[in-house]
Amino acid sequence: MIREFALNDVYYLLLAARWTLALTGLAFLGGGTVGLLVALLRVAPFAPLRIIGAGYVNIVQGIPLLAWLFVLFFGLPILAGVRVSPWFAATVAFSIYAGAFLGEIWRGCLRAIPRQQWEAGASLGLSFVEQLRHIIVPQAVRVAIPPTVGFLVQLIKNTSLAAVIGFIELTREGQLTTAATYRPFAVYIAVAAIYFAICFPLTQWSRRLERTLRVTR
Amino acid sequence: MSLVELHNVVKRFGTNTVLDRVSLSVEAGEIIAVIGRSGSGKSTMLRCINGLEPIQEGRIVFDGETVNDPLTNLRKLRQRVGIVFQSYNLFPHLSVERNITLAPRVVKGMEREAARELAASALARVGLAEKIDAYPDQLSGGQQQRVAIARSLAMKPQLMLFDEITSALDPELTGEVLKVLEKVAGEGMTMMLVTHEMGFARRVATRLIFMHQGRIWEQGRASDVLAKPRTPELETFLDAVLH
Amino acid sequence: MPHVRRVGRIGTGRMKYTFNFRDVWTQWDYIAEGIGVTLLLAIITMIAGLTIGALGAAARVYGRPWLGALVAGYVEVIRNTPLLVQLFIVFFGLPSLGVRLDTMTAAFIALSVNLGAYSTEIIRAGLEAVPRAQIEAGYSLGLSGAQVFRHVVLAPAIRIVYPALTSQFVLMMLATSVVSQISAPDLFHVASIIQSRTFRDFEIYAVIAGVYLALALAFKLFFATIEHFAFTRR
Repeated sequence: MIREFALNDVYYLLLAARWTLALTGLAFLGGGTVGLLVALLRVAPFAPLRIIGAGYVNIVQGIPLLAWLFVLFFGLPILAGVRVSPWFAATVAFSIYAGAFLGEIWRGCLRAIPRQQWEAGASLGLSFVEQLRHIIVPQAVRVAIPPTVGFLVQLIKNTSLAAVIGFIELTREGQLTTAATYRPFAVYIAVAAIYFAICFPLTQWSRRLERTLRVTR
Repeated sequence: MSLVELHNVVKRFGTNTVLDRVSLSVEAGEIIAVIGRSGSGKSTMLRCINGLEPIQEGRIVFDGETVNDPLTNLRKLRQRVGIVFQSYNLFPHLSVERNITLAPRVVKGMEREAARELAASALARVGLAEKIDAYPDQLSGGQQQRVAIARSLAMKPQLMLFDEITSALDPELTGEVLKVLEKVAGEGMTMMLVTHEMGFARRVATRLIFMHQGRIWEQGRASDVLAKPRTPELETFLDAVLH
Repeated sequence: MPHVRRVGRIGTGRMKYTFNFRDVWTQWDYIAEGIGVTLLLAIITMIAGLTIGALGAAARVYGRPWLGALVAGYVEVIRNTPLLVQLFIVFFGLPSLGVRLDTMTAAFIALSVNLGAYSTEIIRAGLEAVPRAQIEAGYSLGLSGAQVFRHVVLAPAIRIVYPALTSQFVLMMLATSVVSQISAPDLFHVASIIQSRTFRDFEIYAVIAGVYLALALAFKLFFATIEHFAFTRR
């Protein structure tokens, strides 16, 4: 039974968008934690730590997100004999992926703080961790906000790939709706429009933040 | 017929009037030094002559052609008016040779070999023949400025404009550039220079123009104007500059 | 049925898994074909994306306001919607408008249009970074607008944004994996096929991940080599 593509379907699409945002939130939390760790590793004064951090980033960034999803969703169950839900696989995969990118962004922000700030802290007798905590990170956070918001937009778009492992979010709902209504163009345009409505304001906000930042520097 | 004529030129940037009914006439072969405080309109006047800045009122005529006429082919005109800027504006990604041969090849359709010879002779005129394959970042400020002069000369212009070309240079590099300017002047080129180099102006210029608040305040023979300022504004200016 | 060889074990007691990469290696010819398709897509997309990017950036920086606005609109729409959805619109959506495309063409179009938008933004930043003074110098020598763009602006602009641009290209090469979702025969799709035959899910996707990693590295090296020869003076 083919039904018409109606306002009702758009409503269900919007409902599914909630899961897009939920997954994004989880991925951001997970990825943020990993990213923080990675950024700190990469600026550590201890070479092996830096290498681990760099290795993580280069490996994760060199593998498509789809591969991470599939390894976790299809590969892990067979490997460890556990049942893996789409939620688990998607959250972990996105966290691993986001962690690498956020780590890079935040490392760049840490490095953007001039040497003199570190030196000023050191000459006051602060340890590396104390310098980081009281002097560097507070300044770096300000610089980090625009690109982090920009990456958030990337993350929201990337959650569309979770559809591929059956995770119910906006894109998956679009696939299901297409199957039911046989109106792929209308459905996917609607899906795109919803993504746009979510992402575009964030993109603009990120730009405005960047401009404010440049002015106050 | 004069080579360059300005008739009651008015130029505004927003509400700021930078050129206030400027009229001027330049004959072929003249060397005009333009002096004045920053904001007096001297650079703007030069930039209007080759059409880099549009004017709001008045007329600018170069060799019979009205510069500010929208129908004028500015590209053709700019092949006959050379301009050298304060910060060299050499193309950093091109060698000295390619900096000089770019316009002759691309605009005039010159062949590579002929263009290279042209570049070599232009460089010889400014005393940098051996730098033909160097890149701008390998040259000193004075050398870059001389290459910029050579680049403009290579197009064989009828008029050369110089916009404070020694102001950004370290003092010890200024001399080599001024020497080149004297040489070019001696070859009969018509030149208009915005400059702070009073000694050079007195020695080389045929006419000195003092600009103040967008107007030509005083003009005449360089030695006369500098020795006997007729207005308090020029006196104050000379006091400040020649301390 | 391939003979199962114990290549490795993890776990103790109840949890045992025998890795078998041999099954994957025997399918290496399919993997090679997949690599070929992925490379083809990536390279053609990069060329098309670069071209669109240069034109789009020029339109935004030098074109009429209406043209600039059009390009800006295109860039914003593409950058704020997922590639997967764009792919679906091109492959599944267009047929209902009468435009029927095969998988490879649809893949190529979606990927190029996507990369073109990102490239436009990147190159635009580069164009705007070229000092005004040099552009003026170009005009003052009698060069036309197009000549100034070609000889004075474009090369320095690309040099400035080369790292950002090539990173985007490598990212795009990895992103070509999404075309597997419309059954284009790329490397990722090959992985699914091998998986359905051998049920060695972990091994095959791990291997594929490794291949992508190697490809990414290869591209980075390639771009670094170009940078050395094109932008470093001899």
